[in-house]
Amino acid sequence: MAGTKEIRTQIRSIESTRKITRAMEMVAASKIRRVQARMQASRPYLVRIRQVTGHLAVLRPEFPHPFLLPRSTMRGVGFLVIGTDRGLCGGLNINLIRTVWNEVRILNKQGISIRFAAIGQKALTGLRRLDATLVASVTHLGDRPAPENVIGPLRALLEDYRQGHIDRLVLAFNYFQNTMIQKPHLVTLLPIPAQRDPGLADHWDYLYEPDSVDLIDTWLTRYLEAETYQGLLENIASEQAARMVAMKSASENASTLIDTLKLAYNKARQAAITREIAEIVGGAAAV
Amino acid sequence: MVFAPAELGEVGIAPRHAPLLTRLKAGELRIQTPTETLSLFVSGGLLEVQPNQVMVLANSFIRTSEIDEAKTREAKLAAEAFLASSAESVDVARAEAELAEMTERLRVLDRLRKRGQLR
Repeated sequence: MAGTKEIRTQIRSIESTRKITRAMEMVAASKIRRVQARMQASRPYLVRIRQVTGHLAVLRPEFPHPFLLPRSTMRGVGFLVIGTDRGLCGGLNINLIRTVWNEVRILNKQGISIRFAAIGQKALTGLRRLDATLVASVTHLGDRPAPENVIGPLRALLEDYRQGHIDRLVLAFNYFQNTMIQKPHLVTLLPIPAQRDPGLADHWDYLYEPDSVDLIDTWLTRYLEAETYQGLLENIASEQAARMVAMKSASENASTLIDTLKLAYNKARQAAITREIAEIVGGAAAV
Repeated sequence: MVFAPAELGEVGIAPRHAPLLTRLKAGELRIQTPTETLSLFVSGGLLEVQPNQVMVLANSFIRTSEIDEAKTREAKLAAEAFLASSAESVDVARAEAELAEMTERLRVLDRLRKRGQLR
């Protein structure tokens, strides 16, 4: 009977694992709706501010802001990587970090140095192994981060850009396409790409109040903050969706495993009983 | 017609206004159409004007009719108390912003009352 007891403990441990994965699946499923709503609520703001920022980039106002000017040399690239704080969400973080790695490897071969800032524990630990300088990081923001939370890492990289340590800034996060699909996204934040809007006249400029230098700076900074914040919200929605899917398949795997083990257990039990009967019968015959 | 609390003072924007870009401070944002007036309180933000459209990117907004005066006073007092108690802290800037916003909310309410637009 030695085999049956071991199988029974194994079944019990897998059952308790399944309980956990089931619970996590349900928690993620209930969170998805809320984080998705939050993500969608702030999308229009980004769309609008992106539009006007695109105009500014096309206009090249009398004061050319450094964020709007493409640079001729490329010595350094900055990455702002948004990951999750916790694991157990499938390949979400790994996929993102691998995408960044590939990019970094290409840049490294060209002799371009890399600086990065991380939002989220997993992004931080994933990128530490790279040949890159960590500029800033912020972790454990929870499901309802405030826009202020992303400002720190962003500011650090913007300062690097101003000082010429980096000539390009890339934002990396998981884009929430739907519950099943989340894709690693790399978005170039700086220099801000110009967007031609066919509906606009070619020669016009804004009146700036109070003065253009200050105002454009506020505007562009706010735009970059909006992009980063939206990236964070997308990533949070992706996290919950990925976790739900991962935990669902984990629960299913546990169920299949339990079924197989139960079958093995029953077989072992049956074999033991048969053997005992055979022994008894054999013993009786001997007497 | 749109009235917005621009940084340099309230601006009134009629159709075919020249393109304008400005910052908003806390105050009342009024949108008037021939049939109705929408009155909002914005806590600050950005404003873009094009000849045929006005875009307001507010940090936050609330309908002026939904402002709770008692709560606003309370929040103002709390912010004042906080500023009085802590000499140096990272939250000072936030408390100052909160104080400014609450003060402005009360002023907007006062003005509306004078105009007789508050119930």
